[in-house]
Amino acid sequence: MSIQDLEKIFQDKIDNEIKIEPKDWMPEAYRKTNIRQISQHAHSEVVGMLPEGNWISRAPSLKRKAILIAKVQDEGGHGLYLYSSAETLGSTRDEMIADLHSGKAKYSSIFNYPSLTWADMGAIGWLVDGAAILNQVMLCRTSYGPYARAMVRICKEESFHQRQGFESLLVLSRGTEEQKAMCQDAINRWWWPSLMMFGPKDSESTNSDQSMKWKIKRKTNDELRQQFIDMIAEQIKVLGMTLPDADLKWNEEKKHYDFGEINWDEFWNVVKGNGPCNKQRLAARNKAHNEGAWVREAAVAYAEKKKHKQQKAA
Amino acid sequence: MNNYCIKKFYYGDIPEENTGGNLNIASADNAHVWPLWEVFVRSKQGLDHKHVGSLHAADATMAIENARDVYTRRQEGVSIWVVESKYITASNPDEAGELYEPAADKIYRHPTFYELPDEVGHM
Repeated sequence: MSIQDLEKIFQDKIDNEIKIEPKDWMPEAYRKTNIRQISQHAHSEVVGMLPEGNWISRAPSLKRKAILIAKVQDEGGHGLYLYSSAETLGSTRDEMIADLHSGKAKYSSIFNYPSLTWADMGAIGWLVDGAAILNQVMLCRTSYGPYARAMVRICKEESFHQRQGFESLLVLSRGTEEQKAMCQDAINRWWWPSLMMFGPKDSESTNSDQSMKWKIKRKTNDELRQQFIDMIAEQIKVLGMTLPDADLKWNEEKKHYDFGEINWDEFWNVVKGNGPCNKQRLAARNKAHNEGAWVREAAVAYAEKKKHKQQKAA
Repeated sequence: MNNYCIKKFYYGDIPEENTGGNLNIASADNAHVWPLWEVFVRSKQGLDHKHVGSLHAADATMAIENARDVYTRRQEGVSIWVVESKYITASNPDEAGELYEPAADKIYRHPTFYELPDEVGHM
């Protein structure tokens, strides 16, 4: 069969909402795009543990500590689901980890911002996980089967993340003046970076959009961002707080919120490695990986030893 | 204004040329790679084990323990099977046509093939 025929069969499947599975024929670019996107998604989960891990030892109560540990453990689990889906495309775990640690592979830029106060744990859960969920709900219908299945599992777990964040802010918003101020400050710092999570504006695209045609993605950046803003602009009223955007206003005609201009220079700067915590995050990942090397080696040695013992006994 | 070359990309999909990172292919250390295992979980007594994903572990005991942590954090399972991925043989999707063809023309294997009078009732 010619490449053109294979491509046609492939595209027909996608058009008819038939999922692509690991052993199916697929264009190299589809494979590559999925490996890149899924592994970056996995890296985001793994690096995303760092800003929150920062607060585990300083959580204000045992309850909040237990919740935070469970959430961070989930992020680690989500990273593993995603790495295993990327591995079905022929990438290896070690390659992906090495690419993360060398700085070749990216993760979501949001995690290059510091978590300065306890209220940041609430703001991250509500805003950052809230933004991620919109993307992930869409990805439950992505065309690559293993990625879609990982997303379904992740979405089931993720809603606790957003709810605990909002509830944590709600407690602060009803607390002392200092707690209220801390809550507002965290929202102010996380709002714009959360909007940047959705990526550049659709109008900045010059390329035809292959990811949409292949249904890897099913909504554009601007669609998801607008959905997020409309949702948060309502929820913030419950907190009695404000969003740091003077241009944020309901547009009756469009039935959406209008909002101010995002600082794209800042966005690109952080993507390129110059955010507040880029170096710190990569250093923490490399340190954990390198210092854990002896554990990986010992586990292999132990498994070998056990195998030999069993063979001798048999 | 910035002068970055902006190409379209989506959340979670940043093209390599835009990353500003080290683009040299990093060589992975393969000396102590833990093998890949496929994980099957029975969600409750009476149901089949169902494939849920895969993970890396040094041996079967560790694979079960890791599977518990990765796939059953919310009591999703009462039993776990693990098998090293290399031992799984899968049918080839390119041969799906020939492989399943024999079943295609045997509609008499389905109950709806038989038309019975209404008086028979549910059968």
